[in-house]
Amino acid sequence: MTKEELISKLKTIITPYVENKDALGDITEETDFIKDLEINSANLVDVVLDVEDEFGIEIDNDAMEKMLTIKASVAIIQDKLAI
Amino acid sequence: MSRRVVITGLGVVAPNGINVPEFNEAIQNGTSGIRFVEELKTLNFNCQVAGIPVYNKDYINEYFTPLQQKGLNATGLEYGVIAGIDAWKDAGLPLREKQDKPLWDAGVIFGTGILGVDKFREAIYKVDQGQVRRLGSTSVIQTMASGVSAFLGGMIGCGNITTTNSSACSTGTEAVLMAYDRIISKKAEIILTGSTSDSGPYIWGGFDAMRILPHKYNEIPTAASRPMSATASGFVPSSGAGALVIESLESAQKRGATIYAEILGGHINSGGQRSGGSMTASNSIAIKECIRRAVVDANIQPTDIDAINGHLTATGKDATEISNWSHALGLSGKDFPYINSLKCMIGHCIAASGSIESVATVLQLKNNFVFGTINSDDLHPEIAAIIDREKIPVKTIYKDVNIIAKASFGFGDVNSCVIFKKY
Repeated sequence: MTKEELISKLKTIITPYVENKDALGDITEETDFIKDLEINSANLVDVVLDVEDEFGIEIDNDAMEKMLTIKASVAIIQDKLAI
Repeated sequence: MSRRVVITGLGVVAPNGINVPEFNEAIQNGTSGIRFVEELKTLNFNCQVAGIPVYNKDYINEYFTPLQQKGLNATGLEYGVIAGIDAWKDAGLPLREKQDKPLWDAGVIFGTGILGVDKFREAIYKVDQGQVRRLGSTSVIQTMASGVSAFLGGMIGCGNITTTNSSACSTGTEAVLMAYDRIISKKAEIILTGSTSDSGPYIWGGFDAMRILPHKYNEIPTAASRPMSATASGFVPSSGAGALVIESLESAQKRGATIYAEILGGHINSGGQRSGGSMTASNSIAIKECIRRAVVDANIQPTDIDAINGHLTATGKDATEISNWSHALGLSGKDFPYINSLKCMIGHCIAASGSIESVATVLQLKNNFVFGTINSDDLHPEIAAIIDREKIPVKTIYKDVNIIAKASFGFGDVNSCVIFKKY
């Protein structure tokens, strides 16, 4: 899976949780889930569960805490998929 | 001079009508919302009939955002939010935008017995399988009792008290009086009040186990709920939500709001599980005291009461309730007010009963009718000995009604009685 494909899938996953829908249009690798997209911090656990289901991986607590941006999330998913 | 408190909005989600116009028509026509429920048969329930509000799944799109609907599995939360938001909009009140300040003088007091049992079941299975991390973020907010008031408060933007009361089958009527007290004491101007109760076997099973639900009417569901009847054999389990916007008269007048009725007063008490009262039975002395104090608090005479909306669940205790009303008011025979029980059409909505029945009471005052109690043709002889048959209409009668007393009683030996007046 290319990075672009992965980001596209990730975008689909986070969309329902995004409060600032306008920011969805210009997502970059630097986009922050809470600061830019205004995702409620309580929903980050739901994002992680949805990512697990989509990619068939399990994300541990340490990795989960880092999943706050597109870039970090992509790195974690790629890492888990590689195992 | 204490200030006056009025009702400016109504909302309801009931087994025989999922909004106020439908419900208003159904209760006048004697339309039953009790149906056979296949699931209860599969699960070996003695009582296989129940009352469940019926609506298309898409209906909730008007009330919950797609995000709020993710993992939503709490019928009581759905009913409460639908009824509550309907009442708020009916009162002509706006939902605050995200960037607005909260409404400091508007609150929510919305009761329930337990919330989101289906969601809780889901969570219990996951936890027992060692999958606690898979619960996600929705488990707590759908199963905390105050989930319903929290959702409503957030949708509206309330900045005053936002809480959930719980007193078993007295919950809904108690909530109305708690809202009234909050406004009388000038701590709020507007309270969205009401109560809700989940549907389903996990809510109703415990009552079935107590053998207090009817089991002989599985083939004829609409005849199962028989308040005041000689053949009453238990209450029909049910579900839904009722909601009322309660407001100071000044605030209502300032807004130019439609006023449905006035609350003159009421009383809440407990029998202390003494003198015949227990966890599950009412102390009759306390019930009479509650009614008497409600009348005094409302500053009326018993003869001013045109009608009573009773608790009257269709168990063997209905005759005792009638006797308590008669003694408390000092009225009997032809002097007794009209009396009815909504449970004949929708069953016993448990924690939601008091608020749905309060909505029905207000509709009677506003639209000049006393709805008939279906299935009471064969009046219980002990009731017939206390009050005249004509005071218990089987079919709706249309007449001017000025004051209606409404009472609810619950497990824990708790009582509430509120006095509504036409405005």
